[in-house]
Amino acid sequence: MAQTSPSTANPLLRLWRNEDSRGVIIQILTMVVLCAFIAVIARNVVINLANVGKEFSFDFLMWPAAYDIGFSPFIEYTNKSTHLRAAVVGLLNTLLVAFWGCILATILGFILGIMRLSSNWLINKISYVFLEFVRNVPVLIHILAIYALVVTLLPSAKEALDIGGGAFFLSNRGFYVPSPVFEPGAGTVGIAILVAIVIVIGFRRWAKRVQDQTGRIYPVLWVSLALLIGLPGITFLATGTPLSWEIPVLKGFNFKGGMALKPEFLALWLALSYYTACFIAEIVRAGILAVSHGQTEAAHALGLRNNRTLQLIVIPQALRVIVPPLCSQYLNLTKNSSLAIAIGYMDITATLGGISLMQTGKEMETMIIVMGVYLVISLTISSFMNWFNQRIKLTER
Amino acid sequence: MAQNQAQQAYSPGTHPDLPPPVRTTGVLGWVRKNLISSPLNIALTLASIWLLWSIVPPALNWVLAEAVWSADTRKECWALMGAPRDGACWAFIRGSFKLFVYGWYPEPERWRVNVTFLLFAITIFGALRENIPGKKYWLMFATAFPFIAAWLLLGGFGLTPVGTQKLGGILLTLVVAVTGIAFSLPIGLALALGRRSKLPALRAVCVIFIEFIRGVPLITLLFVASTMLTYFLPPGSTFDLLMRVLIMVTLFASAYIAEVVRGGLQGLPSGQYEAADSLGLTYWKAHRLIILPQALKISIPGIVNTFIGSFKDSVLVLIIGMMDILGLGRARLNDPEWLGLAPELYIFISLFFFISCFGMARYSLSLEKKLQTGHKH
Repeated sequence: MAQTSPSTANPLLRLWRNEDSRGVIIQILTMVVLCAFIAVIARNVVINLANVGKEFSFDFLMWPAAYDIGFSPFIEYTNKSTHLRAAVVGLLNTLLVAFWGCILATILGFILGIMRLSSNWLINKISYVFLEFVRNVPVLIHILAIYALVVTLLPSAKEALDIGGGAFFLSNRGFYVPSPVFEPGAGTVGIAILVAIVIVIGFRRWAKRVQDQTGRIYPVLWVSLALLIGLPGITFLATGTPLSWEIPVLKGFNFKGGMALKPEFLALWLALSYYTACFIAEIVRAGILAVSHGQTEAAHALGLRNNRTLQLIVIPQALRVIVPPLCSQYLNLTKNSSLAIAIGYMDITATLGGISLMQTGKEMETMIIVMGVYLVISLTISSFMNWFNQRIKLTER
Repeated sequence: MAQNQAQQAYSPGTHPDLPPPVRTTGVLGWVRKNLISSPLNIALTLASIWLLWSIVPPALNWVLAEAVWSADTRKECWALMGAPRDGACWAFIRGSFKLFVYGWYPEPERWRVNVTFLLFAITIFGALRENIPGKKYWLMFATAFPFIAAWLLLGGFGLTPVGTQKLGGILLTLVVAVTGIAFSLPIGLALALGRRSKLPALRAVCVIFIEFIRGVPLITLLFVASTMLTYFLPPGSTFDLLMRVLIMVTLFASAYIAEVVRGGLQGLPSGQYEAADSLGLTYWKAHRLIILPQALKISIPGIVNTFIGSFKDSVLVLIIGMMDILGLGRARLNDPEWLGLAPELYIFISLFFFISCFGMARYSLSLEKKLQTGHKH
């Protein structure tokens, strides 16, 4: 017994000094601590809920919501609808502002990014100052400031600014635009659009195959455009123009008819868009700069014209750099749209996480749903990003 | 004739260099190159000049020339101008400045806030300077600063206690932002190491935590802090709202820091890991001496960007009813005496954030250049 070496004296120490068994021990400890932590929290939650006389259930979703939502462009909603319906309205409003925000932010971002690369000194500096100012001020301040501008500086509905031939009105009640009214036969035009899209996709595939095999290039862009505009256009005329516009008209203190972009939506949409656009501009600039000049020169040496060089050489390589951070900006925009609650735009955070939470006192349940919704949106966008990354990944030897 | 003489006077190859053509140098050359090099460029220049001309003089006029700096109410302010809203009413900001900085911190105790601000400035100065003697002690002081500041601001241990609900304005903004920044760094570092760990259970826990936090907006986490977190605590215990918010802000920032640091760890060539292993260093020694110093160096720009983001995110606390600089300002806007001065307020707050964040961004840029030891491709 006296000969036992110190390391064998203590079997626990021996286990700890072996790398594999140490790993297992650490993991078991982690899981034990984590489970204990979760168990303590769960116990606290059960006791606390019992103390205030609440129970954990999602039944409240079927209760009448009893509050109004001023902006529900997609589905019918009254204050007699259920909380579930309010949540769906909120989700659709979130998706609406996120979708249009991403589109406007991309357009503005590309314009600003190209302005930042301009060789014109004035354009370059103006865009630099704008970008730096916008990027370094919190988005919430932008949203509040734009909302204050829209509400206080725009005239009342009676003195609305007529911007475009008596059909587009800008006032502090919102931006009123004509709304399309579909008459019988409009469905045929819709079908024509779908048919045109299918034909275009088929044509593009065929043209690519021909080009791969024979080298002959067809004017794909022009044929596509002609199909996309021509086919629905002819159908539209043939079925007797089954579309009319309902023009907003001032009646009393507000407009009737037409489509209204509420000031809350306008402010949120504009502020989120230009704020995100400033980040996208930097991404676009970095992406274009990342394509080395040698690529352009090589393309010219091969005899490609300027537009073909851009289309085939520069843009595909720049996109590889641009797309991943662009997607995370889309994600940021979607998450930032939750700030809608500060100006009263009814998105999912404001309906379910705001008023429904206050009315029903179901803090846990509402927050779980709201967070779950954002997680699903995030995971969707990031899985799309991963798929796209895989597709455009640089294939190396 | 003069040209002929010049040609005759020099043998080939000995002619001194002629000055470059006048049109390519100096102001004229600069203007030709940068403003009017092509028809498109001329059009863009004219458009820019028109834009500047229509924005800058009226804006300067409003901000400076027509502005009123001292008045007691909005009406008095506007009476001093040609017409209401002709100029900015900075008297509003001046009158509320102390409130904006200190919140409702009790008047006789405000020296403590000033001392905290001073210590903060010293900490920043010490932490940022590269070649400062006793760098080690500066860093120790910087680590201790959050705790010293908490003691100074909240009192206890010999100072009069001040409730957290008295904090407001710029003070609260800084408390939220600096706490988030200070504590997110170590937590984020641990999360990043956990995510890179070889142990699957540890890795899974870190991945789930990071992706969950990054997948939801900060505002929902703040709602959790304000409405739901008390359910998680042992029955009967209460927890200060500010503390709950600080925990959430810290967790939020640490998930982002973790991703930045993970990027740095991945960016390191695997030769560094292998070299550390072949020297026989343990995991912790290898990380402390070889991996982390290099990985953190590459991630500094990303870390500073996260700090800027977390500074800007601190205004979100207004949505759960805390009176940071923006919340307090908006409350002041509803004061009947100062009704309708939103532009002045938002310009003031924007400037505050712009100066802070732009400063951080410039610092990060200069640091990036200084730390650039590798070869640039």
